[in-house]
Amino acid sequence: MSVAVETVGLTKRYGDLVAVQGLNLRLNTGEVFGMLGPNGSGKTTTILMLLGLTEPTAGTARVLGWDPTRQPLQVKRRVGYLPDSVGFYDELTAWENLRYTAALNGLPSAEANRRIGEVLERMGLQDVAHRKVGTFSRGMKQRLGLADVLLKQPQVAILDEPTLGLDPEAALEFLALIRSLKRDGLTVLLASHLLHQVQSVCDRVGLFHRGRMVLEGTVDELREQVLGGAYRIHVQARGVEVERALREVPGVVRVTRTDGDTYRVEARVDCRAEIARRVVASGELLALSVDRPGLDEVYARYFQQVEADSGGAA
Amino acid sequence: MSTELAQSGAQALARREGSPWTGLWAVVYKELADHLTGIRMQILETLMLLTAVGTVYAATQSIRQTIGEDPFLFLRLFTTAREPLPSFVGFLGFLIPLTAIALGFDAINGEYSRRTLSRVLSQPIYRDALILGKFLAGLATLAITLVALWVVVTGMGLFVLGLPPGGEEVARGLLFLVATLAYAGIWMGLSMLFSAVFRQPATSAMTAIAVWLLFAVFWDMLAALISQALRPTQYGGVAEELAQARLQLLLARFSPNTLYAETVIALLNPAVRSLGPVLITQLEGAVLGTPLPLGQSLLIVWPQFTALVAVVILLFAATYVLFQRQEVRA
Ligand SMILES: Nc1ncnc2c1ncn2[C@@H]1O[C@H](COP(=O)(O)OP(=O)(O)O)[C@@H](O)[C@H]1O
Ligand SMILES: [Mg+2]
Repeated sequence: MSVAVETVGLTKRYGDLVAVQGLNLRLNTGEVFGMLGPNGSGKTTTILMLLGLTEPTAGTARVLGWDPTRQPLQVKRRVGYLPDSVGFYDELTAWENLRYTAALNGLPSAEANRRIGEVLERMGLQDVAHRKVGTFSRGMKQRLGLADVLLKQPQVAILDEPTLGLDPEAALEFLALIRSLKRDGLTVLLASHLLHQVQSVCDRVGLFHRGRMVLEGTVDELREQVLGGAYRIHVQARGVEVERALREVPGVVRVTRTDGDTYRVEARVDCRAEIARRVVASGELLALSVDRPGLDEVYARYFQQVEADSGGAA
Repeated sequence: MSTELAQSGAQALARREGSPWTGLWAVVYKELADHLTGIRMQILETLMLLTAVGTVYAATQSIRQTIGEDPFLFLRLFTTAREPLPSFVGFLGFLIPLTAIALGFDAINGEYSRRTLSRVLSQPIYRDALILGKFLAGLATLAITLVALWVVVTGMGLFVLGLPPGGEEVARGLLFLVATLAYAGIWMGLSMLFSAVFRQPATSAMTAIAVWLLFAVFWDMLAALISQALRPTQYGGVAEELAQARLQLLLARFSPNTLYAETVIALLNPAVRSLGPVLITQLEGAVLGTPLPLGQSLLIVWPQFTALVAVVILLFAATYVLFQRQEVRA
């Protein structure tokens, strides 16, 4: 598997503030990677360094084999960037805005027109192509932003907070568009603080906290690593032996009695059938359901643990 | 510390690969189209055109009487004032700075406030191309406007007075255009610099206009006040008065308006033999009122003209350096 983006010890300081610290990031070609973390955790700063728009204090980065600090033009020819809350020239039409991008990329006129028509159609903007962007809704601007990214036919797309400010429906549509980029073979790096919203489109994620990437892996791996189980099964049952029976089910990591006769079971696998069998054998099963905890919970739990550990050590 | 910073900045610039001017023409073309189609410029250009027609027509009415007496009648079109209108040049000195400021005041902070900067700079160009492209497009807009005005003036001279300009008059007129372009470049450069310094376009526009007011209205008064305070005429001798006048002129020349006015006077009025205080002894052998050849006039204004151009370059360089160091994020 080839590597599209790689950083080694990438660091950015603003005075005393460390915005990004010793980041080792690796994106495989063709994957969707999510940089996730709260505001101010260093996601945008990382992106700007990858594009050569700000200079790293230390460390190195390689994007498609090019060094963004020394060879930014090579990088920017092949990488599309959708900044967070992207802006356009309001007094120009969607088409004219894209014409400017095409010109900056040195596309010949005929080729530019062909591609602009294509990307606008793909983003569902063909009917408003000749309307001034000033009249566009947030969702339309965001789709125009993605059209702008695709215009240069990039190998890597970097999307910063792509669903921010979109209503839930528009956000879902936009996530589907991002997913379609993967089908075209693009490598996608997206940054977001809305963990639950974007986790579904990411092949792998990195969780950021105060400039560090503290966890990295697939969503399932992180669930497993932090919560111990990727599945959470809610059981309502009567009987004195139920709790012990639940603990003995293979794949179960933890059982907590939440109140009266309801239990929360964390498990590595979806073992509802086995649970049902055993609970029925030892008592009375009233209800059984499963959910998969989101990354928000992984993130919150991780820091609970970190704090508990450091509290214990002190 | 700051030299260290500058060195690391210079190293970063030296290390980077690819031409800094990649994409320059795309920027120039886009900005030029914006300027020429934008309402802001169309209003100002219409205003200038009306002014040109009005003042030059008034001038033709005054000049009619003196046709045949003046070898440089055509140049009078530019400089003749007829109450209550000022001359064409007088009006230009007023409108050009406003137009130039209007072209530049939101060049950079406008990109921030529209949130377009990071998107544009993520295209395969360097910042150098963006800033130079904006500057060149502004100058080109000014040049187009000035040439159009010049054509209007010349045309009116031809049709209203039936007066074809002589070769030297055309040359002087064109040099006047170049000097005006440099003068306009100063105000555009200044407003672009302010657009890099201030985050709000309103702030940069107001500051640029304030500086213009300072030079247009108050500078000459200040120069007079300061020179009177520093070189008082206690005994009333010629030497004292001359010293005071020289200081006043020196101070006045820190204003681009003075430099431009001197350049224009000498270019459009071939009879001007010297700028500033003149002693009778210096005029010995000179036939007063005889026009100077173009080369001589040029020699007189050369320092003023180069100063105008130098200020334009300095302002651009300052804007360039400031912009290179700014974060892409607002
Ligand atoms: N130009 C700057 N000067 C000083 N601090 C900055 C600058 N830009 C960003 N920061 C700081 O760097 C940290 C990381 O910011 P950022 O990368 O924008 O985080 P995120 O994108 O994850 O929200 C924040 O604490 C932010 O305040
Ligand atoms: Mg951010």
